[in-house]
Amino acid sequence: MSAVTVKSLNVWFGVGADRSYAVRDVNFDVADGESFGLVGESGSGKSTILRAIAGLVPTWSGDMTVAGETLGPKRSKSFYSKVQMVFQDPYASLHPRQTVDRVLSEAMTLHGVQNIDTRIGKLLDDVGLGPGFRFRYPHQLSGGQRQRVAIARALACDPSILLLDEPTSALDVSVQAEILNLLVDLRREHKLTYIMVSHDLGVVGHLCERIGVMKEGRFEEVLTVEDMRRSQAKSPYTKHLLESSINSIR
Amino acid sequence: MTDAPLLDVENLWVKFRTRTGVFDAVRGISFTLGKERLGIVGESGSGKSMTGRAVLRLIRPPGSIEADRLNVHGEDILSLPEKRMRKLRGGRVSMIMQDPKFSLNPVMTVGQQLVEALRAHEKVSRSEAQKRALEVLDEVAIRDPERVYDLYPHEVSGGMGQRIMIAMMLLPNPEILIADEPTSALDVSVQLQVLDIIDKLVRDRGMGLMFISHDLNLVAKFCDRIVIMYAGRIVETCKASELRNAQHPYTLGLLNSVPDLEHPRDHLEVLKRDPAWREAPSVSARQ
Repeated sequence: MSAVTVKSLNVWFGVGADRSYAVRDVNFDVADGESFGLVGESGSGKSTILRAIAGLVPTWSGDMTVAGETLGPKRSKSFYSKVQMVFQDPYASLHPRQTVDRVLSEAMTLHGVQNIDTRIGKLLDDVGLGPGFRFRYPHQLSGGQRQRVAIARALACDPSILLLDEPTSALDVSVQAEILNLLVDLRREHKLTYIMVSHDLGVVGHLCERIGVMKEGRFEEVLTVEDMRRSQAKSPYTKHLLESSINSIR
Repeated sequence: MTDAPLLDVENLWVKFRTRTGVFDAVRGISFTLGKERLGIVGESGSGKSMTGRAVLRLIRPPGSIEADRLNVHGEDILSLPEKRMRKLRGGRVSMIMQDPKFSLNPVMTVGQQLVEALRAHEKVSRSEAQKRALEVLDEVAIRDPERVYDLYPHEVSGGMGQRIMIAMMLLPNPEILIADEPTSALDVSVQLQVLDIIDKLVRDRGMGLMFISHDLNLVAKFCDRIVIMYAGRIVETCKASELRNAQHPYTLGLLNSVPDLEHPRDHLEVLKRDPAWREAPSVSARQ
């Protein structure tokens, strides 16, 4: 069964003559437990796809099915207990005046989770933060620790699908490695499905099995990471992207 | 190297006085820069940007700079009057900042900013300045410089904004270019273009480049010599070509923590920070 199915998705911004399409006629499937990557330059529409799935962009057309549920203009409450999102910038995505405890317990209260107290302890353990972090404010945490809190918040209601929007691009390489390891472990333990957006092919290659390459709102091609490693890209744009990222790392 | 270095730094400290005591952001580092490309690498908070700023005396109170020697082409930066310093900044030593969005003036057109930058350092007529501005825009591979000249910074893309900033820094023909994470805000495909431009200009004009970045692999590819900083000190320095033989566990950790497209691993190596690194004396990167 596929966890996420997207058929002929269009997303646009602006009205009337100003309407411009950010995503055009995109189709893809993500199987249960799979990890799917979206790559492309800034402005290619990769984050917009995630936001459309999460219900953060109202102006879309097409068919989207997530965990058996066909999506309409509004998302149901049960949708959000299955699908959660982790944002790019850990400095901006946590409330500056709420403690870690409050952030996590609010998410759980909203989803009617029982035994919040013990769950918070377990969640913090899961993301590699000890109980000592529970009553801290975001400004008392480093960037990597904040991103761990953001991941814990996303996991609070026990979702099966995580939408990851450049989860490591604001972090140092050494901290990025920690977060990527954490995401690999969590996926194995909780049997999660990931859809991840990144402009770094190395990061996507580490975490994902299949990759959709985007250009100007369209899918240029979908290929497996294995094919990408063997440089068996078909479209010239993917080849160019591969070359420049391989050149930049060596 | 035979001639005197462009930049000569010995025992540089950058200190911040805080309520809880003095915080040392840079702790006694020494290096020289000739007509070469010197990469400075480290994590956030390692003091690499502060080093770049100290060279231009761009650290405001409560921060302070101390050094046994801080010479730019024989001039002692620490004792220069502010007026002379303003001539030096942008004139002989230029700095490319990280993010074009925050470093260009949003209410001036690109052309006006370029002309202003040039006329602050050289006595040239307005029309001459305009001509030179258009030339330099062309030099940083901007197609259609006449059109870009009249645009405002919000009307250009990030990659183009960064190229405009490079153009602006190059106008007065500096001898030293300090690039503080010039490509971190850009896409990979644009990154290479911008680096190629910097590389070509540094070669053609024989400038000294100080390239500050957190990306060790990028620096290794791009620079001649690398300085690796940790907690305000230099832990290791080597030729870029000899990076593979690096010894320090911190350098190795940085190298191995990058996900590699061609050699997949189940788990990435994570840096284990040793408190002894912090206390170890700084390695000199003088040549």
